Amino acid sequence: MGATGSLTRRMFQLWLPLGFFLLLALFPFYWMAVTSLKPNAELYNRHIMPLIVHHPTLRHYVDLLTETSFLRWMWNTTVVAVVSTAISLVFGVMLAYPLARMRFPGAGLIAFAVAATYLVPQPLLFIPMADIINRLGLGNTLTSVILTYPTMLVPFCAWLLMGYFKSIPRELEEAARIDGASRLQTMFKVVLPLCAPGFISAGIFAFTLAQNEFLYALIFLTETDVRTVPVGAIAELIRGDVFYWGQLMAAALLGSIPVAIVYSFFVEHYVAGLTAGSVKA
Amino acid sequence: MAARAERLPERASPGFFAALPRWLDREAVFSWAMMAAPLLFLTALVGYPFVYGIWLSLEDRPVAHAGVFVGFGNFIDDAEDPVFWQVARNTIIYTTSATLLKMVGGLGLALVMNQHFPLKNLVRAVLLLPFIVPTVLSTIAWMWMLDPSFSIVNWLLIYFGLAKTGPSWLGNADLAMASIIVINTWRGLPFYAITLLAGLQTIPADLYEAATIDGAGSLALFRFVTLPLLKPVLLIVTIFSIIFTFSDFQLVYVLTAGGPANATHLFATYAFSIAMNGGELGRGASVALAMLPFLGLLIVALTLYMRKP
Repeated sequence: MGATGSLTRRMFQLWLPLGFFLLLALFPFYWMAVTSLKPNAELYNRHIMPLIVHHPTLRHYVDLLTETSFLRWMWNTTVVAVVSTAISLVFGVMLAYPLARMRFPGAGLIAFAVAATYLVPQPLLFIPMADIINRLGLGNTLTSVILTYPTMLVPFCAWLLMGYFKSIPRELEEAARIDGASRLQTMFKVVLPLCAPGFISAGIFAFTLAQNEFLYALIFLTETDVRTVPVGAIAELIRGDVFYWGQLMAAALLGSIPVAIVYSFFVEHYVAGLTAGSVKA
Repeated sequence: MAARAERLPERASPGFFAALPRWLDREAVFSWAMMAAPLLFLTALVGYPFVYGIWLSLEDRPVAHAGVFVGFGNFIDDAEDPVFWQVARNTIIYTTSATLLKMVGGLGLALVMNQHFPLKNLVRAVLLLPFIVPTVLSTIAWMWMLDPSFSIVNWLLIYFGLAKTGPSWLGNADLAMASIIVINTWRGLPFYAITLLAGLQTIPADLYEAATIDGAGSLALFRFVTLPLLKPVLLIVTIFSIIFTFSDFQLVYVLTAGGPANATHLFATYAFSIAMNGGELGRGASVALAMLPFLGLLIVALTLYMRKP
């Protein structure tokens, strides 16, 4: 009885709920894949069982890659995400290092301001920002988003890195100082190399945030050549009331792949970044 | 000791170039020199737009024209605009429902994930996918799943005999609201689950053992051990999630653009439609700033709470 009881228990406490959550999480991706592989005749026929592909075709992928600027958008998205992540990491270090390891008047206030900035959501800023970018003459340039994405990413990177910087024992730093190293040398040769995991976490997280950004890209980038994937898909794969669902799903799937690849290599670091703010000893 | 020595006054130094490195090595000088560039950047592109937004909200400012100062005119217009109040109601319903669903579902998923089972790390990675994939792209997939003619959700409902004809999910006011709540939950739930899971793993096992020896059942364990110890994390995640659900834009813009008949407009999408589609920057800024009292309170509270040692 005990064995059966615990088996039933495990079924209800683990396998059934886990199955439910997995199905819920994954079905939309399955549906993207299935849709992107169906010929139109199958997509728009209500009498065919829709859950599987009967006559798979790569037609939508070919059309997407040859008839739209999708590859260009992918390139733009990647460039913007990589550059704004790099800027954010450098600025993040420059903010976090003194805040975490130095004592100086005003440190508490700056740390508060940085954390608060991280929590200010974009919709509070996008209207004035649109006007500012406009006046700077940066509309329809990748510079506009490369400049504005770090406004969200720098405070995040700084916040995350502060935790890592604080964890390095002060003795290491003092030893280097006694040996005559300047503060800058101590930082580059002693502290930063020990915080490599922090950089990976912050970098991965910033990269996914940059890939996900939509509002600024939507406002600043209105020409095909400079668009990112999310804006390109919304603005150009939906033409008027006509939806090219096959192509849209192919675009959604392909557009998710860079993030998914980066993520799959660094899941642990990503999770560390995700939970850093809220789970602290 | 070395640090102390460097703080000696620099007077009568042998020369400027010899003294400069020592001056730069002082803690405060080094700190401010290091932070200057990023602080300037954030002041220019967060601080300035924030203040400028407040200024804009006090102006009548058609796009590409000079603004005219109107004081609280825009806010008075907001207060007299029935759509504004509908938007406020929508945002509250959306935020409350989605946050509750994510909290309960996320806690449930975290408890499930906190057990031992094979391929746990892989499962965790897969469950996070909805959260990492760009929102716009997954929302397009949901849009297709809720398509008026070819919705797979409706097909499944009919197939399993749960409905005779599928409803028009995005065409009906209540169903459209329910749809955006469900999709927001779908995307945000993994964030709750993974963070709460990390919180669960910090609870020492001997607490459970001690409570079990004292005769606590699994419900009592949850109620008197898990929940109280998880409270700080739960609080942070929840406030964090409220801030970003309350100010959500992407999902609604893509899925319904605020329709049908403003039934799903949130503050952010309504401000966007006034400022970007209607070209009234001042009025749009006032709608966006209507979020500030509530958001500002949460932001300050959360920042102070997280900084507690």
